[in-house]
Amino acid sequence: MIRALAAMAGWLALVSASPPAPVSDTAIMGDSLPRNLSEFHFFTDDIGHTPNDRVIGYELNTALFSDYALKNRFVYVPEGQTATYNADGVFEFPVGSALIKSFGYPADFRDADSPVRWLETRVLLRRADGWVALPYVWNEDGTDAVLRRAGRRIPVTWIDAQGEQQSLDYRVPNQNQCKTCHSSNDEIALIGPNARNLNDGQRLAQWVDWSILDRAPDDAPRVPVWDDEGDGTLDERARAYIDINCAHCHSRTGSASNSGLFLGYNEMDEVARGILKRPVAAGRGSGGRDYDIEPGHPERSIFVYRMRSRDPGVAMPELGRGMLHEEGIALIERYIAAMDERS
Amino acid sequence: MKYIAAAAMLLASTSVFAATHTVEAGPDAQERLQEALIIAEPGDTVEIGAGRFELTDGLSLDVANVTVRGAGPDASILDFSNQVGSGEGLLVTSDDVVLRDFAVENTRGDGIKSKEADRIVYHNIRVEWTRGPHPDNGAYGIYPVESTHVLVDGSTVIGSSDAGIYVGQSQQIVVRNNNVHYNVAGIEIENSFYADVYDNVATHNTGGILVFDLPSIPQVGGHSVRVFRNFIHDNNTANFAHEGNIVATVPAGMGVMVMAHRNVEVFNNIMADHGSGNILLVAYPNDYDDERYNPYPLNVTIRDNLYGPAGYNPDFDGGAELQAALGGQLPPIIWDGQGSGIRVSDDIGVLSLGLTRLRQPFQEAQPAPADLSEGEGSAELQAVVLPDSMEAALR
Repeated sequence: MIRALAAMAGWLALVSASPPAPVSDTAIMGDSLPRNLSEFHFFTDDIGHTPNDRVIGYELNTALFSDYALKNRFVYVPEGQTATYNADGVFEFPVGSALIKSFGYPADFRDADSPVRWLETRVLLRRADGWVALPYVWNEDGTDAVLRRAGRRIPVTWIDAQGEQQSLDYRVPNQNQCKTCHSSNDEIALIGPNARNLNDGQRLAQWVDWSILDRAPDDAPRVPVWDDEGDGTLDERARAYIDINCAHCHSRTGSASNSGLFLGYNEMDEVARGILKRPVAAGRGSGGRDYDIEPGHPERSIFVYRMRSRDPGVAMPELGRGMLHEEGIALIERYIAAMDERS
Repeated sequence: MKYIAAAAMLLASTSVFAATHTVEAGPDAQERLQEALIIAEPGDTVEIGAGRFELTDGLSLDVANVTVRGAGPDASILDFSNQVGSGEGLLVTSDDVVLRDFAVENTRGDGIKSKEADRIVYHNIRVEWTRGPHPDNGAYGIYPVESTHVLVDGSTVIGSSDAGIYVGQSQQIVVRNNNVHYNVAGIEIENSFYADVYDNVATHNTGGILVFDLPSIPQVGGHSVRVFRNFIHDNNTANFAHEGNIVATVPAGMGVMVMAHRNVEVFNNIMADHGSGNILLVAYPNDYDDERYNPYPLNVTIRDNLYGPAGYNPDFDGGAELQAALGGQLPPIIWDGQGSGIRVSDDIGVLSLGLTRLRQPFQEAQPAPADLSEGEGSAELQAVVLPDSMEAALR
């Protein structure tokens, strides 16, 4: 018996010692939609914690708010290729690249060791004819995630950083909703991985060292961390927050192009940024207020009204926000309050 | 040779290979219907069965040349009463889509929105907020925007807190044979080029049909709109739009309203029983910062309409005083006095408010009868012609 067990342990050791299968370039670049996340071999474990070779974890200086979900982000660039640096927009990734993002909630946000329940992993695949965005939903025991093109709602509960019990019908986006945000000129586009949001002083150079990125200029732009009071000005932090949370739709080529409200970090037109801009098709989203941003008056600004709502006919962003982001709202309120009043 | 021709015809007709994806009401309707809208291929039809589909999230379609067809606007009902996500009920972002024969009820935001969806057809659709006028109803019922070639035909919209049928920043538009009731605006054409709005019935809205141009959005300079053969009657519902929106400024009791537009023809309509007026022509009332923008109504022709009672209960600043001064009733056409090239050839009274500059307070108005019979009027507008494929979709 003992001998049998020992033999089995030896066999297990042998199996686990063999190198894992590499990331499947066929799954990324083929024209089918893999049914299971495991088919890509992005991870060497089931649950999606341990990245495979050339799958690199990363973070953004200021990230999109997603109902307080934890997010694990990874990038994969095929061997022998690199992404192309771009000072303003997102980097250009070669065919065969992938971006992978997992969403989950720890049972208790106050406890760093609290187990995380991973709900979904979204992948963006760079194929020959453009990006493809797919949502995968993890099964109950976390052994694999299955493609859910129509999206799903998943009830989830957690204890937040203040010790309050929270619950939410978490929304996994459907495939079209992926594109609603990841859209530019009707093509699927990236949102996060640009120089200013990746640049933490080291990451870009690391990516060059790891042959993920072609170059990392010393003067690469950088946005501050939105909730770090010691980083940048209030104005810069607020605009970094607005950029990543709003500008994927609110751009001249995005899903909210018709609104005339354009919220990219480098937008120069004050009215387009919402300052004394009247609503166009806001409907009851206006909340009876006249301007998107009324300088000095967050309480009279539509911007804050819509961030403060959970009603789907009012709430902004329209997708993926079932909770209020109290800390984000506080930042934007301070940003608007600090603007000089206009007569 | 005949065989080759037949084979070529088969190949040319997508319908030979097209699939029909039928979705019935019942459990998991959300995922089943959304899945059908995702897996549909160009040429396919998504068939919505009879019954009530209980939906909690917005639906969307991003595949070109798909028909979404129900069993009728009272039979196939997409019910969003318990909606918890998305800004609209159904969002279409692909070209050559036909939506017909179903209903969308009680969305939290807009009913059906189509954006950058060229050659979209809405036919025999009903969008309704079933509790009637209420400020918490969604903004737009049928909402095509940023599209070229739009047809909204034979549809009904009830209860929108902004506009029932709203076409924005588009061009080559036909809105006809529709019924719009109990909305703030029945039909609104905004910042658009070349629209024909005809054979519609607009009753019990705050305002019947609006033709507006607004500043500070990508497409400004709206022009070339014909509003004709409509029955526009008894639009006196109190305005229930949220402040801040331009339609919140629409006075109750308004038939047709033109704001800051160029080349508009209003003819052969029947307009009656409007407390404020059968027709109102005004400049944009707010401040703005957009050098591309013209805030005035320019070159408007009003001719050959039939007018019933109007102006007996004006719902705008100073209206009551005016009414008293004029012996209890305003003329059926009111012009704020700004803009140029306006021609009213109908033998009917026109009141000018005599305003001479933008945002001038009403207290400074110099109301007086106006004779606009010699005005230049609109350039002659041609009928909007849609691609054959769109008209064929109605058959």
